[in-house]
Amino acid sequence: MSRPLWIRGGRVVDPSQGLDGPADVVVRDGRIEAIATGLGGPEGAEEVDASGLVVAPGLIDVHVHLREPGGEHKETIASGARAAVAGGFTTIWAMPNTDPPIDDPAAVGFVKAAGEAAHAARVMPIGAASIGQKGVQMTEIGELVHAGAVAVSDDGHPVHDSGLMRRLLEYVQTFDIPVLQHAEDPGLSAGGVMNEGAVATSLGLRGIPNAAEAACVARDVLLAELTGGHLHVCHVSARQSVDHLRLAKERGLRVTAEVTPHHLLLTEDLVRGYDSQAKVNPPLRTQADVDAVREALVEGVIDVVATDHAPHHYEEKEREFDDAPFGINGLETALSICLAALVEPGHLRLSDLVDRMSCAPARIMGLSGGTLRVGAPADIVIFSPDERWVVDPARFHSRSHNTPLAGRELPGRVRRTIVAGETRFELEERE
Amino acid sequence: MSAATAIQLGKDLIGLETVTGDTIRAILDTAEPFKEISERPIKKVPVLRGKTIVNLFFEPSTRTRISFEFAEKRLGADTVNVAASGSSVVKGETLVDTARNLEAMRIDMVVIRHGSSGAAQFLADRIPSNVINGGDGQHEHPTQALLDLLTLRDAFGRIEGLKVCIVGDIRHSRVARSNIFGLRKLGAEVAVCGPRSLIPVGIEDLGVRVFGHVEEAIEWADALNVLRLQLERMNAGFIPSLREYNRVFGVTHARLERAPRRTVVLHPGPMNRGVEIDSDVADGPQSVILPQVTNGVAVRMAVLYLLAGGRPEQAEEAKKGEE
Repeated sequence: MSRPLWIRGGRVVDPSQGLDGPADVVVRDGRIEAIATGLGGPEGAEEVDASGLVVAPGLIDVHVHLREPGGEHKETIASGARAAVAGGFTTIWAMPNTDPPIDDPAAVGFVKAAGEAAHAARVMPIGAASIGQKGVQMTEIGELVHAGAVAVSDDGHPVHDSGLMRRLLEYVQTFDIPVLQHAEDPGLSAGGVMNEGAVATSLGLRGIPNAAEAACVARDVLLAELTGGHLHVCHVSARQSVDHLRLAKERGLRVTAEVTPHHLLLTEDLVRGYDSQAKVNPPLRTQADVDAVREALVEGVIDVVATDHAPHHYEEKEREFDDAPFGINGLETALSICLAALVEPGHLRLSDLVDRMSCAPARIMGLSGGTLRVGAPADIVIFSPDERWVVDPARFHSRSHNTPLAGRELPGRVRRTIVAGETRFELEERE
Repeated sequence: MSAATAIQLGKDLIGLETVTGDTIRAILDTAEPFKEISERPIKKVPVLRGKTIVNLFFEPSTRTRISFEFAEKRLGADTVNVAASGSSVVKGETLVDTARNLEAMRIDMVVIRHGSSGAAQFLADRIPSNVINGGDGQHEHPTQALLDLLTLRDAFGRIEGLKVCIVGDIRHSRVARSNIFGLRKLGAEVAVCGPRSLIPVGIEDLGVRVFGHVEEAIEWADALNVLRLQLERMNAGFIPSLREYNRVFGVTHARLERAPRRTVVLHPGPMNRGVEIDSDVADGPQSVILPQVTNGVAVRMAVLYLLAGGRPEQAEEAKKGEE
């Protein structure tokens, strides 16, 4: 076991206990041992000076793509887990759309083992919902859960067949895990590469209408009502999807949802000039959509922020817009984007943001993290909320550098990330 | 000849969305003196002598490629045609590598035709040569719109105040987009007409009105620009059949006869006779389809000349020297 930690003088923000104020935290044997003002340091403890910094439960991201196996030139489980702690995340959920997909227990075991070996963020595998993610036959979900899967998803693709989606939402109830749905009606999105509308029309790019997402969300909400299963809607981007999620919440259904940092800040205008770094699925939408998903996150209609971290090699993005892959590298900019989009303009208090990025993911997914309660696992992020930095993708810990935010100044720097009581990331002090 | 001070063409011609009305006028004015070169027994002047131009065509094209090649050769340039099927593209070479290799051979200009929207911009951002967009995906085809504008100006003596309706598959048409941008910058009123499944969402935001019935369009317009309706659109489910398309949206003699004025008819070609346009219209007195083709060479000469650093007011002088 590593040395105890004595985290002194910080502003402790832990909405799971209603805390937002000065306090010291003592960590020992991987757990929170004490949290109070004016705590003394235990024998042999490493003293961590957190003055001027925020001390919060480690961030939890229920939607990342780690690309291994099959896409190791983009990211590996180890590089992704290191990128996670550099971004303040202590737990990440790895999507199964690798090559081959994570659709059998051995593959789940591989992701789990590689995640542990990385010794960075906790990596939790998501199993494929259907064999080969082909949307036809259900995977052995019980076996996947036994091997360590925390959810199932065909992300990258939607579960298009309504009958299969129904069976999934029924079957997962035995194992008390959610179905994570990439909501998209392929008949409506077919061939699209950006948001449908005037910008796509003037660029001559094929559009993906809001209805491609909202139609799928509407159907899935009906299936959640029919079955009682836990539906989690990934990366909500369209304002009409919010309407259906609100209805689901009002009816008390087991429906949860996430929104990405980029959909909270950026609009389709970034695609002008054919910048493939802004090519992402679901696409960046209009300001009205950004406002709607942000408002939904504030109200709790959307429960959590998740990055949809989607690393791609620079060569693959250096293509004609039609041919470049979808995706934005998200782990190392997420907290900063959310501070810029939500906290600085006054839409959310800092403690609410910690809720949406840590406590709420733990709460909706039934995880033990997301809190600094005494006895809880010592997963902690320490960050300076106001410090400004310029995004330099070359310095990412991720193997890929694909972001439309290169060169942009953002607030908020992660100074230290602690997982199970161990410092797994520490920002190098600048001269 | 209009003032040269208005020219702001820059390094490339990617689309008409990003150039000013004054620049478009200057291109059209520059094209006027170049028209005459093609009427000479010896159709060649040394304006671009020593310049190397690559016509990089990733999509099949007959008319545009030949028109550019004539324009280049009549101005004395050395040209190379690269067709995608005969190049390393089929071996999987990326566009950026193709561009760098061309650049390494020290070329002066590239005309690119490509199936992906944005490909011309992509190339222009990565090489120092002048890049002319010969049509990129469903984005723009600026020289086609310029030749349409020149033809309209020949027919009416002006563009400002003209009512021009583009009829057909607006959704998939780069010709439509370039025409919309160019016509609006020169003060024309622009409409589009076609089945709603072939009208892109948000087109009204580009400043055009939408007609759902071709009869209304004909009643409104001074000129119709009739687009080619591709068979693939039927197979992809945008329309049920070409026969029905002709019945509902075809520009026919009978429909034009009911127009309140003599409607001028343009078509960028190649035509599907009996689908979007009937033969008696295409070959009739209202058609300016062949003058469009003639003007295409002059307009492309003007663009090449201006991108090579030529001044509009010197075009008359420049074309005098025969080789």
